[in-house]
Amino acid sequence: MDNNVLVRVENLKKYFPISRGIIFSRQVGSVKAVDDVSFMIRHGETLGLVGESGCGKSTTGRAVLQLHKPTAGHVYYEDIDLTTLGEEGLRQLRPKIQMIFQDSIASLNPRHSVAKIVGEPLKIHGVASEREIRDRVVQLLELVGLKPSWMNRFPHEFSGGQRQRINIARALALNPSFVVCDEPISALDVSIQAQVVNLLKDLQKELGLTYLFIAHDLSMVRHISNRVAVMYLGKVMELADRRTLFAQPLHPYTQSLISAVPLPNPKLERQRKRIILQGEVPSPSNAPGGCVFNTRCPLAYEECFKTVPVYREVKPNHFVACHLVDGQGSSKIPVIT
Amino acid sequence: MSKILEVRNLITRFYSVDGTVHALNGVSFALDEGETLAVVGESGSGKSVTMMSLLGLIPQPPGKVEGGEAIFMDNGGSLDLLQLNEEQVRRVRGGKIGFIFQDPISSLNPTMTIGRQITESMTEHLGLGQTEARSRTIALLRQVGIADAERRFNSYPHEFSGGMRQRVMIAIAMACEPQIVIADEPTTALDVTVQAQIVELVKQLQAHMGVAVIWITHDLGVVAGIADRVLVMYGGTVVESALVDDLYDDPQHPYTIGLLNAIPSLEESNGEEKLESIEGTPPDLHSELTLCPFAPRCPYAFERCWQELPPPYLVANKHTAACFYDVAAQRPREV
Repeated sequence: MDNNVLVRVENLKKYFPISRGIIFSRQVGSVKAVDDVSFMIRHGETLGLVGESGCGKSTTGRAVLQLHKPTAGHVYYEDIDLTTLGEEGLRQLRPKIQMIFQDSIASLNPRHSVAKIVGEPLKIHGVASEREIRDRVVQLLELVGLKPSWMNRFPHEFSGGQRQRINIARALALNPSFVVCDEPISALDVSIQAQVVNLLKDLQKELGLTYLFIAHDLSMVRHISNRVAVMYLGKVMELADRRTLFAQPLHPYTQSLISAVPLPNPKLERQRKRIILQGEVPSPSNAPGGCVFNTRCPLAYEECFKTVPVYREVKPNHFVACHLVDGQGSSKIPVIT
Repeated sequence: MSKILEVRNLITRFYSVDGTVHALNGVSFALDEGETLAVVGESGSGKSVTMMSLLGLIPQPPGKVEGGEAIFMDNGGSLDLLQLNEEQVRRVRGGKIGFIFQDPISSLNPTMTIGRQITESMTEHLGLGQTEARSRTIALLRQVGIADAERRFNSYPHEFSGGMRQRVMIAIAMACEPQIVIADEPTTALDVTVQAQIVELVKQLQAHMGVAVIWITHDLGVVAGIADRVLVMYGGTVVESALVDDLYDDPQHPYTIGLLNAIPSLEESNGEEKLESIEGTPPDLHSELTLCPFAPRCPYAFERCWQELPPPYLVANKHTAACFYDVAAQRPREV
């Protein structure tokens, strides 16, 4: 076991049952939100998790932290299997594994002052006296760039960017090692996104944090991550280090995703050859058999409709699930730049 | 290329118990036939309010268009959109000027089939009979990429996915062969692969029909792919306007420069660079604008910026910047 690995996710599954019937409710199917996902994250690195609607990235983040109880699979934090820990065991580990949510309005109690919100984790875990909590709150607010004199204000008195800083301060209250950031900047204006991303990067350096950064904005994910995983309909299609994924994507979905992202450069935009996918993402309650991408893949052939491609390491640290890519990483797919 | 719309000094305010919001503080711009104008800005910049003011979509009360003119040059005649009464505006809206909203689920009538929603505007604005409207609608649905158009004519909005609903919105906007289509953040709520499809579709339709498009967005990537010209808005004013290449190659206004530096790009070779963020937050528009709205956040602000609202200065061909400071020359502009 690689000593530098902090978090290891193995064959994680999260299925949500779909029931029919009012009086005699029975399960008629499931939404396979996360369907056999594996990856690892090393100390101090950021793994970006990217994908479009219904891909399961948010559910993955929550399942990793056991906010959703996984249907199957294991999540190891420093060799401890979180999926087998009881409630008490998990509670004791919580200070080390935290989450920053997307919607700062929904995740901050509107009737609690900032001081109460940020201090609450400390109170719950009984780690400090009132005085110590107050000092720690001041320290945390300063750490995230907020004025301690604002600590008695309420969430609605702050802007979106500031509320996200409150969210971050709360997540850092107990000195976590691992933080899952679930779309922390999507709801913010562009100029504010940059502020928050810079803050997250600075904090990572200063406090030695490890991040799982979940987002749909490919450019932002590339900016902040060391390695990136691309998800589609509950499965990881490709995982590689940032540079490789964007320079030599092997999976057709990754290629079209990158191709679809508009570049802020008019000359380049005019020259680009775009891969425009047909159709839309199928519903995760009705995922296609075989490779889940087969309904939209421009290169799908017979095998893609019959069997699920194996997710495997085809080049050092480069994982792909695609029938068109062989075990040595050679692909029959032309790379379009 | 002839001008088709000229907006001068548009002023819109919202009156409430908490005070007055000065949403638009003298917005001016022009639109040529067939061109694509992107309007870029963040929350509170006034980009949506501008378009809604033009088409009588501002709820009055609490809103009111307090000044300015919006001359629409329409096949020989010209009329000031701001002087029209409700009946007249309704005839223009959906007919000569189409509108695509951001969130199709709230702007499509859930109780009407989409076919009916499209034919309705055709019978209303073009005076077509039911049969002709129906066949034109089916052709239009095919044109916007909805497969099985004949059957889908009878479908309801909730039976479509997000991208498909947006295609329906585009069909409605284009139904009466308008001269201008205003699209307010039409792809913001869509997945990026679907966004690419919709952008492609609008470009094709535009080339085919010669319609002018005003595309409102906060996404500078989308702008680069679709615009001929760009307006950058901040605090209810136009801070910069330029041809698209010039805006990206040679931005003049400190806000535009800040915005371009704040976005990461897939072309970056090295993600280690820090994103340059713009400090501070967007302005509170509760007082009348007697200074540059960007002054509190501007690294170059000097005394004059706090005392007067800068007018748009012509800095190059078709390139204006409402700023007293010349960033390239590193000194106040000589005006």
